[in-house]
Amino acid sequence: MHLAHYLGLLHRAQSNLADAFRQVGEAHADEPDVFHLCHQQAGVCDRHAGLLEPFARRYSEEAPDEPERLHSELFSGTRTGGIGLLRDLQDLYLMAAECDVCWTVVGQAARGARDHGLQQVVQQCEGETAIQLQWLRTRMKAAAPQALVVAE
Amino acid sequence: MVDRIADPWGPRTPYAPGAAWPERVDMFLGDGLSEDEVDGWYQSASVLHSNGDAMDIAVKDGRIAGVRGRAVDRVNHGRLDVKDMYGWQANNSPDRLTRPLVRDGGRLVEADWDTAMDRIVTRSRELLDGPGGWGHFGFYTSGQLFLEEYYALGVIGKAGIGTPHMDGNTRLCTATAAAAMKASFGTDGQPGSYTDVDHCDAIALWGHNVAETQSVLWMRMLDRRRGTNPPAMLAVDPRDTPVAREADVHLAVRAGTNVALMNGLLREIIRRGWYDEAYVAAHTIGFDELCRIVDGYPPERVAGICDIRAADVERAAELIGTSQRLLSTVLQGFYQSNQATAAACAVNNLHLLRGMIGRPGAGIYQMNGQPTAQNTRETGADGDLPGLRNWDNEQHIRELAELWNVEPDTIPHWAPPTHAMQIFRYAEQGSIKLLWISATNPAVSLPDLARIRRILAKPKLFVVVQDLFLTETAELADVVLPAATWGEKLGTFTSVDRTVHLSEKAVDPPGEARADLDIFLDYARRMDFRDRDGEPLIRWTGPEDVFEAWKECSRGRPCDYTRITYERLRGGSGIQWPCDDEHPEGTERLYTDGVFNTDPDYCETYGHDLSTGAEFSEQQYRAKEPGGRAFLHAVDFQPSPEVPSDEYPLLLTTGRTVYQFHTRTKTGRARQLDAAAPDVWVQISTEDAARHGITDGDLVGIAAPRGAIQGPARIGRIRAGVIFVPFHYGYFDIDRPDRLPRAANELTVTAWDPVSKQPIFKVAAVRIVKLADADGGR
Repeated sequence: MHLAHYLGLLHRAQSNLADAFRQVGEAHADEPDVFHLCHQQAGVCDRHAGLLEPFARRYSEEAPDEPERLHSELFSGTRTGGIGLLRDLQDLYLMAAECDVCWTVVGQAARGARDHGLQQVVQQCEGETAIQLQWLRTRMKAAAPQALVVAE
Repeated sequence: MVDRIADPWGPRTPYAPGAAWPERVDMFLGDGLSEDEVDGWYQSASVLHSNGDAMDIAVKDGRIAGVRGRAVDRVNHGRLDVKDMYGWQANNSPDRLTRPLVRDGGRLVEADWDTAMDRIVTRSRELLDGPGGWGHFGFYTSGQLFLEEYYALGVIGKAGIGTPHMDGNTRLCTATAAAAMKASFGTDGQPGSYTDVDHCDAIALWGHNVAETQSVLWMRMLDRRRGTNPPAMLAVDPRDTPVAREADVHLAVRAGTNVALMNGLLREIIRRGWYDEAYVAAHTIGFDELCRIVDGYPPERVAGICDIRAADVERAAELIGTSQRLLSTVLQGFYQSNQATAAACAVNNLHLLRGMIGRPGAGIYQMNGQPTAQNTRETGADGDLPGLRNWDNEQHIRELAELWNVEPDTIPHWAPPTHAMQIFRYAEQGSIKLLWISATNPAVSLPDLARIRRILAKPKLFVVVQDLFLTETAELADVVLPAATWGEKLGTFTSVDRTVHLSEKAVDPPGEARADLDIFLDYARRMDFRDRDGEPLIRWTGPEDVFEAWKECSRGRPCDYTRITYERLRGGSGIQWPCDDEHPEGTERLYTDGVFNTDPDYCETYGHDLSTGAEFSEQQYRAKEPGGRAFLHAVDFQPSPEVPSDEYPLLLTTGRTVYQFHTRTKTGRARQLDAAAPDVWVQISTEDAARHGITDGDLVGIAAPRGAIQGPARIGRIRAGVIFVPFHYGYFDIDRPDRLPRAANELTVTAWDPVSKQPIFKVAAVRIVKLADADGGR
């Protein structure tokens, strides 16, 4: 049973996203909404990771060795300025998108395993990840014209 | 005559439920003038608060000489707010600006209109040429202009320059009211009417110190309270205000915890069976999700978060849950606080759950702080589109493009219009290079003033200020334009309960001062904005032309003005929109049939996630199939962005006094009002004062991570852990060398609600220290 590997992948993706949200928030603290919402969403990711942990532990008992090239690195630090903000938000977007699809995959596995507890966790968390994607898109849509067409 | 400084609300005229509110005509004439010596009376209404009280302006020898309440008017039945009684004297103040000023060699010097306008137009042209030129402009306006001025400015900005960077200081006062009504009911627009006070059996005041902000509305409430079968009253406020003292139940919640309280109350209403199951099923969406969220807020948990007693949560729930005709009113205690839109939506939820909407006495006032705020929202001079249209609805954009005869692409609609705090951020970063500020004073009213002053003083930012006086903001401008004001120009404006009033020109403005409309139209002519046929974009010459054009823009929209004319407004009373062929006499209450403006083709927004402000798409909205039902929204409580720490252990909340309006630009120049409240004060609880060795009148210093102020202490009438400072006091009336920091906004935090973008003025972490004894010793 390989579910543990995907749980691990998602768990680490959530932790990485939390960390990236914090870094982007700090790097763009002069954008107060970005600062506050990034920290708020980092908290959401931490909570997701916390909720996944007991399942990851439980399933790891039945898991074979982890396959190669399971994890991906999507974030390598923040940038500055208006266009830097856009690129940083876009990085967060890609990381959140990875979490989003992992929730789908894990949710399907939870169904196959008839694991209602895990299904409940997925149901709650995948909606919050979808909101993160939507917020990042909203913020980038508003910022893009000024950053790309107006700013010098 | 009653001393209205000592008794701001005047004598009571009690009345019974369902009866007409008795008339009481308030009047004040200056210089010992008697009523029969007045040369003429000119119809108007208040621009010193959002109540919309109608009054007549007295003129003697070409000068404004006093005011008298209009007994015929539906809003005030003749009464006047103390600010209106005396505030008109500012019009005659000797320090009015009478000529334009331009900055030369670092100093502001007098100039003629051609010179001043030429500087603005030359800079505008330079900036507008080239890709993204629109993005260099920002317009920051007021809650003080007239409808016609906002609409003209909105067309200049959106169809002339094509910039989304337009907002009003209504963002600071009223943005959450609009956001909450859009979110719950589909469009902006107050469901209720002031006459709901006449019929209600319970009044709930959610963070609204109505006794000081809209005192005539408070008189109406007090008169019901002194009559037979008075309404019960609930107040939510961390301070012991006149409203809280009158109320039967007062919840002095910890600042920043409104959502926890509302979730707790909603839970009780549902669990005790006080909700209207049939109404909820027929007219709302989202009940199950609401129940899931609020279920986590039993009274004991709410008591812990809000620092109140669980029994009081239950009492409050019973008061509102057992009423038959509940009137709610909401203002800055909710709007300028943590989770503002979510908290305001929770009040809408309460009324939807109880089916208390659209009938006499069952009203919701999502209030405005600024008097003409309603018009900025309707006409698109703030972060909305004209006619309460949806920026994300291509058909709505096409309608505007047809109306203005411009290409739809000209009208910026790729995202919502830029909100005030973001406009200042773009100015800080340097991409906005021309900032035009009309009739408002951000150098005192915005959060974190040191930052705002830095931005306004930036050499590369060209700042235009259009105002009556050399305000703290005008001092930093590159061009200052002297404006005419209320009583010196013609136009209309609309109160919170959708009542449209006409304001006549009673006197000429001083010197070369011009009506704001004339200034905007002059700018449009000089800029030579063209429509898609090459004709002038703006062809209006006066207020009535603009009003007629606005009526077409409003046609078929919720705020339909089409059957209102200047002539109909003259002589009688105000008229409530919508006023169209179907409702020729106007409309007292919206949603009387339980059908809401949530149709996807008609609504003003496709909605937001209340925690993050993430916008939902048209597709997502359509999938909800609202079918005319209202939305119930619920979110979990989250702590405020700034909470007390060891270093800053107290919570600062800011607010108002009945004697002053906004940054005192006018009221500080009216002798009686200035004398009644001449200076800032720092209100602190008895417990906190004792802990810091502070006695009444001691000079104290308040520090936040951003700045510090000082002022005399007033002890008591506030919950422990919270400090109150009135936000009105800036620096214009103090000589520059003597200016000690006293503006509350030196302390407030740059943070805003994710949906309404309204700054969080009500929650900042601070510390206090005693600086000197009341008698000056240490």
